[in-house]
Amino acid sequence: MSSTPPRNEMRSLVLRLLGEIAPEADLTSLQPDISFRDQLDLDSMDFLNFVVALHKEFQIEIPEADYPKYMTLNGCLAQLAGARS
Amino acid sequence: MANFVMPTLGADMIEGTLVQWKKREGDPVAKGEIIAEVDTEKAAIDVESHNTGIIERLLTKPGDKVPVGTVMAVIREDGQPATAPAPVQAVAPPAAAAPASRAEIVPAAPSQVGRLRISPAAKKLAAERGIDPARLQGTGPDGAITLDDIERATAVTPEVTKPAIVADRQARMRQTIAAAMARSKREIPHYYLSTTIDMGRTVTWLKEANETRPVTERLLYGVLLIKAVALALRRVPELNALWKEGAAVRSEGIHIGTAISLRQGGLVAPALHNADRLSLSDLMKNFQDLVKRARAGSLRSSEMSDPTITVTSLGEQGVETVFGVIYPPQVALVGFGKLLERPWVMNGQVVPRPVIMASLSADHRVSDGHRGGIFLAEIDRLLQEPHTL
Repeated sequence: MSSTPPRNEMRSLVLRLLGEIAPEADLTSLQPDISFRDQLDLDSMDFLNFVVALHKEFQIEIPEADYPKYMTLNGCLAQLAGARS
Repeated sequence: MANFVMPTLGADMIEGTLVQWKKREGDPVAKGEIIAEVDTEKAAIDVESHNTGIIERLLTKPGDKVPVGTVMAVIREDGQPATAPAPVQAVAPPAAAAPASRAEIVPAAPSQVGRLRISPAAKKLAAERGIDPARLQGTGPDGAITLDDIERATAVTPEVTKPAIVADRQARMRQTIAAAMARSKREIPHYYLSTTIDMGRTVTWLKEANETRPVTERLLYGVLLIKAVALALRRVPELNALWKEGAAVRSEGIHIGTAISLRQGGLVAPALHNADRLSLSDLMKNFQDLVKRARAGSLRSSEMSDPTITVTSLGEQGVETVFGVIYPPQVALVGFGKLLERPWVMNGQVVPRPVIMASLSADHRVSDGHRGGIFLAEIDRLLQEPHTL
């Protein structure tokens, strides 16, 4: 997957939003294909807050049925790229 | 005059440390408004005023360790004239007295007769720096406290920083939890009940409800569990009580203590006030706000002192059944486990259904298994009619 500037920018934004929810987490070692919940000990409230933050930051609608697609960094970036294209 | 005292912000709390005043002498304050930030073993808490009026005197300074029940400030209530003399020192309750509840008032004994001589500018600076001028020896005319006196006091007053206060919070929180739980197991004769609840209707209702809601207004299913507990307590009100001085005292309001794990370790269980009366949307908003503030360390004193029962949900950790320990002086705790897909008999057919294990830990001095069973059955019944929650 190419690291185009928009993707890098989105990645930075997603990590910033995650950092606001899990401020103690070391996001530099985040594995892109492993669930945020498993790596960052997010609970359902944290994840809902993350989805709300994505919605506000990127101005996109995220149906509840799509939540699983946003549970990893790569999945999240793919969804955001698709929503913006 | 009304005294503002160090409140009890949790079982076995003995003292708190004043982090900062949110008001200055002379400021107006309304009932429910935050007046001070106090550090406890568990968290920094925003403490609310129980009176409306004017802050007459601040009697403690940031960094002071203040026993529960100690008068920290004096509030001149609306309609009362400003009077002198005013009490000038923090007044602790008698050593032998039990920790006072937040409703109790400890009389303040004046220890200095006459109005404090201090210039308005020095008084203002003292309030800004968190310095109690009553503790200073003034160097101005007739012993008046001057700006220089405040400056000197600031220089010698050890700075109280939040990081320093919270540095060993985790260890102290563990000790506090241990003390409360040991007391619970020592004093409360627990009994335990559990039941498996078919969550099919609730899950379906929630999915449909969230499909029509914008992402900012969606519900978590934990909120439906809290609401069901709150409503079930109306039917079995003896579980919504506090054990005080050898007897159970039923609570007028249903304030659900919701166990919230903190990201740095430990947990708190602040109150969702009047949970039975709130709509699911309002309950969700309040719950979101409570979790956010619990993890940011900005809970309010009433949220720490008001819970009348605790609900803990450990399903997200994979736990199937919770065997909870009651948080004194409460007399019951409700636990929920993981939402599981299980074979379930419906209309003579075995079908897969989402189920959850609900458990009750209750104080046998206050209720018995029969009433506890009715309570769990009521939660089950309510969750079969999620649209009524």
